[in-house]
Order: sequence, then C-alpha cells, then structure tokens
Amino acid sequence: MEIPYTVEAHPETGLNNGKIGIWLFLTSEVMLFGALFATFIMLRIGSDGNWAAMQAEAELNIPLATVNTAVLIASSLTMVMAWASLMRGQLGRFKVFGWLTVGCGGIFLVIKYFEYTAKFEHHHYPESSTFLAIYFAMTGLHALHVIGGMAWNAYFTGPGSKVFHTNRQWLTDRVEHSGLFWHFVDLVWIFLFPVFYLL
Amino acid sequence: MSEHVDIDKQVRIYFMVFGALMVGTAATVGAYYLEVSVPVALTIGLFIASVKASLVACFFMHLIDEKKIIYWTLALTVAFFIALMALPILTSVTDQVGDFAEVEAHEAH
Repeated sequence: MEIPYTVEAHPETGLNNGKIGIWLFLTSEVMLFGALFATFIMLRIGSDGNWAAMQAEAELNIPLATVNTAVLIASSLTMVMAWASLMRGQLGRFKVFGWLTVGCGGIFLVIKYFEYTAKFEHHHYPESSTFLAIYFAMTGLHALHVIGGMAWNAYFTGPGSKVFHTNRQWLTDRVEHSGLFWHFVDLVWIFLFPVFYLL
Repeated sequence: MSEHVDIDKQVRIYFMVFGALMVGTAATVGAYYLEVSVPVALTIGLFIASVKASLVACFFMHLIDEKKIIYWTLALTVAFFIALMALPILTSVTDQVGDFAEVEAHEAH
C-alpha cells in the first residue's frame, strides 16, 4: 500500500504531509526550549543579584563558544547548499555539502566536549550552582539535538541518498525537512550563546 | 517553499545571509566588551540574537515564502510562547508588588 501525499501536496494544506509533520514537531520543540528559557528567566530573576557572581565563577569560555557559533552558522549554510544541490540534480555536490554539515555538527560537539571537560576538571557540576544547573540542562539538551540532527543528515547523505535515482523529489523534500530541524537547532544556539556566555 | 524557485538567486541570498549572521555574531561578542549597564547589554544582545534568528527562519527555513497553514501554526505557537515567557516575568512583578505592600503595611504600623 502506498502512503499518500508523501511527495505530492495534500489538497487541504497545499503541502506534503512530511512538511506539515516537521513544522508541527518544531512547534513542540519551541515550547520545550521555551519552558527552559522561562525557567532560566525565573532562576535569574530569583537569584537576588547573585547571578553575575555565579556566571563569573562558572568561567565559561567565550572564544570557544564564539567558534562554536560560527561552526553552527556555517553548517546551516552547508545544509541549505545540500538542498540546493538536490534541487539542481547534483548528487555529488549534495553529498559533499551533506557530509560537511555532519562534520560541522561533529566539530561543534568536540568543542562542547572540551568545554564540559574543563568545567568538570574545575569541579563545576550541575549541582554546583543554579547557573551551572540550567547551563548544563539547556546546552546538554541542545547537544542532544545536534546529535539527532547529525544522525538524520548522515542517513540521507549516506544510505538514504540511493533514492535519488528512483525518487529524487522524495529525497529533496526529506532533505528540506531535515534541514528545517537543523536550522532550528542553529536558531536555538543563536539565543543560548548570548544568554549564557555574554549577558 | 514554492515549487518554482530560482535556485541560483536563492544560493546568492544564502551566502549573503551567512555573511550577515557572521557579522551579527561578531557584533554580539563586540557588544559584550562595551561598558554598558546590564539592562542595556541585555537589550543589545537579545536584539542582535532576534535579528539573526529572523534571518535563519526567513531565508534558511524558507519562511519568507511559505504556505498560510504554516504561518497560522507558527502564529499560534508564538502566542503560547509569549504566554510562557510572561509567566515568570509576571510572577516576579507580582512578588515585588507584594513585597512593596508588605513594607508599606509594616511602616504604617
């Protein structure tokens, strides 16, 4: 049995079901991170002026986080370039940009690993302060999203790309959807970076 | 995204957006080193972050050219998100008003 509206647009929505599905998923993600940002605001307001001291004590590495921000932004560019390559029918270029995206995700995680390791070496754990608790919770959840996005992109760039020869539009749509998730992950970091490291 | 798109034009826009995002990141870090008060720093930082997020959403996520059903879904999400953000802020304001009233009552005695 063939699943309807996987490629062609549904007459009611004007979009294929995958597109609707990923956007609905992203709205739930907005609320998930929104709840954590609301928690962050609550903790910061309720810190009785100790926030800056806790932040200074955590000794977050601004240069490393700036590099990570640039890496994630670059990965967003390679992601849209991967999709654009498929739109042009260039499978080889799609794979190059796809793997570059996965690679950028990997670099982001390696840098994050060094950041976390430095914190643990200085005995800075989530239970050490309110600031570190919400820092680890939010950046950790974000890192999990990066891992998820990397797996998703790796599948479509690797084994999933075989579909290019039989159903190119299906692959192009799926890459656009995985791109939407990846850009969302980038978007969350755009707020996490100033909120934790700079403000 | 619309079916008929000029990919070459899109790619040029992607590179321009990438450049703008990098400049935005540099500006965010630069603003950190400015000698300004916390509220001003917060305003500058969040303003730049919002501009960067808008660029990602509009161009990389193709929201600038999307179907109405997506806009309506996101509008609903934004409404709930604002409510979610307002909760801790309003709680704080209510607490402060409560504290103020308590001090006034104490002084009246």
